[in-house]
Amino acid sequence: MFTAERVADKKDWLSGRDHDWEMIIGLEVHAQVASNAKLFSGAATEYGAEPNTQVSLVDAAMPGMLPVVNEFCIEQAVRTGLGLNAEINKYSRFDRKNYFYPDLPQGYQISQFEFPIVGEGEIEIEPEGGEPVSVGIERLHLEQDAGKSIHDLSPDDTFVDLNRSGVCLMEIVSKPDMRSPEEASAYVEKLRAIVRSLGTCDGDMEKGNLRADVNVSVRKPGGELGTRCEIKNVNSMRFIRQAINYEARRQIDILESGGEIDQETRLFDNAKGETRTMRSKEDAHDYRYFPDPDLLPIKITDDFIAKIKANLPELPDARKARFIESYGIPAYDAGILTASKKKAEFYETLAKGRDAKIAANWMMGDLFGALNKAGIELEDSPVDAVALGGLLDRIADKTISGKIAKQVFEKMFAGEGSADDIIEKDGLKQVTDMGAIEKLVDDVIAANPDQAAKVAENPKSMGWFVGQVMKASQGKANPQAVNEILRKKLGV
Amino acid sequence: MTDFTNLTLEGALAGLKAKDFTSLEITEAHIKACEDASELNAFITTDYDNARAAAKASDEKLAKGDGGLLEGAPLGVKDLFCTEGVRTTAGSKILGDFTPQYESTVTSNMKRDGMVMLGKLNLDEFAMGSANETSYFGPVINPWKVDDNLVPGGSSGGSASAVAARICLGATATDTGGSIRQPASFTGTVGIKPTYGRCSRWGVVAFASSLDQAGPITRTVKDSAIMLQSMAGYDPKDSTSINEALPDFMAACDKGVKGLKIGIPKEYTMDGMPSDIEELWQQGIKWLEEAGAEIVHVSLPHTKYALPAYYIVAPAEASSNLARYDGMRYGNRVAGEDLNDTYERTRADGFGKEVRRRIMIGTYVLSAGYYDAYYLRAQKVRARIAQDFKNAWEKCDALLAPTCPSAAFPVGRPVNDPVQMYLNDIFTVTANLAGLPAMSVPASLDKDGLPLGLQIIGRALDEETVFAAGAALEKAADFKAEPEKWWSA
Repeated sequence: MFTAERVADKKDWLSGRDHDWEMIIGLEVHAQVASNAKLFSGAATEYGAEPNTQVSLVDAAMPGMLPVVNEFCIEQAVRTGLGLNAEINKYSRFDRKNYFYPDLPQGYQISQFEFPIVGEGEIEIEPEGGEPVSVGIERLHLEQDAGKSIHDLSPDDTFVDLNRSGVCLMEIVSKPDMRSPEEASAYVEKLRAIVRSLGTCDGDMEKGNLRADVNVSVRKPGGELGTRCEIKNVNSMRFIRQAINYEARRQIDILESGGEIDQETRLFDNAKGETRTMRSKEDAHDYRYFPDPDLLPIKITDDFIAKIKANLPELPDARKARFIESYGIPAYDAGILTASKKKAEFYETLAKGRDAKIAANWMMGDLFGALNKAGIELEDSPVDAVALGGLLDRIADKTISGKIAKQVFEKMFAGEGSADDIIEKDGLKQVTDMGAIEKLVDDVIAANPDQAAKVAENPKSMGWFVGQVMKASQGKANPQAVNEILRKKLGV
Repeated sequence: MTDFTNLTLEGALAGLKAKDFTSLEITEAHIKACEDASELNAFITTDYDNARAAAKASDEKLAKGDGGLLEGAPLGVKDLFCTEGVRTTAGSKILGDFTPQYESTVTSNMKRDGMVMLGKLNLDEFAMGSANETSYFGPVINPWKVDDNLVPGGSSGGSASAVAARICLGATATDTGGSIRQPASFTGTVGIKPTYGRCSRWGVVAFASSLDQAGPITRTVKDSAIMLQSMAGYDPKDSTSINEALPDFMAACDKGVKGLKIGIPKEYTMDGMPSDIEELWQQGIKWLEEAGAEIVHVSLPHTKYALPAYYIVAPAEASSNLARYDGMRYGNRVAGEDLNDTYERTRADGFGKEVRRRIMIGTYVLSAGYYDAYYLRAQKVRARIAQDFKNAWEKCDALLAPTCPSAAFPVGRPVNDPVQMYLNDIFTVTANLAGLPAMSVPASLDKDGLPLGLQIIGRALDEETVFAAGAALEKAADFKAEPEKWWSA
């Protein structure tokens, strides 16, 4: 259901010499299955191990070695397929994709060509500043990753690390349904949120556990489709947007100067923000796909699918709807708080028995701000949901003001202890003792008699007194009580 | 004194158990025989020191009344099986001095059962050939001789030659299109290719994965049953291994053929086939009939397409299976100007002509635009052939046919037309394409005094009937001929 007829929002059009252009974008996302063992061997998959220490005889393609499929990986593919609202194919098969390269020990990659394990599906994305868009999934198939060639250790030699060789990847192919870089990155965000909540892939783009091949073409808005180029292995949301922008502009420049687009595979240079030719269509391999005779076809039963379905966690879309419904928070907030399973769990712990809106504001504002600034992931946050909840409780029971709470939070984030510890230690407890506040008010009025006299004429100037009293209390006075007493004393 | 090398495996095992002699004694006798027979070029690598050590270990077990099915028996292993610590070549230059750190499942089963391994037997390079002339380590000579030196058949030529020359009691072999049965027929030995999936392919250098199957070559049907009993069995490391309990193959040899229906496939004949073979086939029919079997005539109409289909499927799989021999991780490498040049030089230097030819054919039939016309069509033919057999099983329990269209031919016979060589497999490839068990039993000598075999093909997983019919043929044929020992030093 390629929605070629959908024309990009006008805001996403690119201006041209004679007319505007729109981008047609499709993505192939490679998501590493979160499995401790490889797809066809028992070797470990841990990231960052010493080179060539996680290689079995099968991964190194020693003579006579045979692949045996890791059933856990099959299950993860089915889970992911269900999460993408996609058809699960009861029959699928592994094929060999033949080509020579030193980091491909077998001389072929075991992949799924003709019969993928997951068929068509669909997900909703919410691009920043745009309307929700539905993106079609063409297929999801399983394949082995190759090893890694390292060219920069020696001027003459290439080194090969086979730790990744045989690691299980899910290749998720979208339909060419995206029309702007923002839609493309929102799509990857959404995929990442889905696989993370399913636990089928950790979504870590820095480690290369989730990476995208981006297909881009341009056309006159609503016109005939153009020739596409594929940009390989783009590994961050920002790079995806950059690569698309660069590539679309490059294609427009060629077309506007009377040229034609060569269908080719291109590389994205992170440093320069450019794409460049990797290989042209003429150089494309003939992969000589054929069914792998070492492996039997995968046959999946309804029962197997039903069992997985029954244990499926709540997915981001469903969770978002529930957050809006049961916490009464805006769709925007719910979207952010359900972007990952970790965020959602954090929020639910935090909001339980508390003001849901205040909880959302604190999490998205102070906490995310601090984490962002410190470059820390939520799972490593020095302030967990229970601790942050402790702080919100002190605001709620008026032990401290919202303003003081921000100071307390900073100290909590710096690892100085719980909210209660810090409040106690720093003596930040809000003063609610009316007598004490009255004394402070009297002192301030006494010190500023002229100002006090003017308040009756200009009630707004009472704010100045509020500030002075708060200052005198080192922020600890209950602001409501201060206002009340000041109003009474100054006759407002 | 017993002539240890003339014992059957069954006789040797009984003698060892009865402590009539020791494993070391019969092992030494076989080592001596191997040394004397170096002219046959049956071994690529001998491993006498380890054989002696294994024999001593077996003797200790036997002395205590312990020991496995093959305890103390000196046997040979086709050099396609990876053997831990012993160089494994697949008959090719490209593997260089490759010495596996692992043991194939089949040989590991046999070691578990007490095999004494004398060494690694010569074969056609990567098991591709029907005369054992494509080996990088030189041709194997058939102990049977008429004037010229003769080929032992292939690809398991070393295994067949060694067993026929009585330099080992039995040998492992593999059969992708006839590589066990044709050499058995050429050397007057027994060879069985079991049902696809009976023997694990783990640790066996792959030629064509969907066809390759290991089996034994021995001097008697019972000996084959003993060896297969040890070699076979489910292996979770091979996804195509069959998870079924093993029948008692040895007991099956004594079942007889009374009441069995033996089918005679009318298509198993070809132009120019020597009359001896046709006559032998008729004789075989009589023998089985006399032994109590009912003879029925059946048709396997797609047989004529089997050879072309085989020579598409097997090279296609081989072209991919052999891609790993790229000079990057093990084996020989010939450095070139750049990566592609290194690949090309390494593979041009490391692979022989026949292997290169099959890689080229396989690459061609899998290429874009040709896949449907060749590979896909061949797979459809394969399905038809399997169906032919299924139809035949409605009428009979096993089939009787010649093993090969000829007896052994001279070494170095010019092979201008490789297709001529491929015709050797015409009666054997069908069992591989359909995954069925099939055995060659020596039945007579032709007019030149060379052995000829008859073939029994059975239902999938029904090796028992194949052994029963094979044993009945063996008994009726009473084949006692031995090659004259011309090679002794």
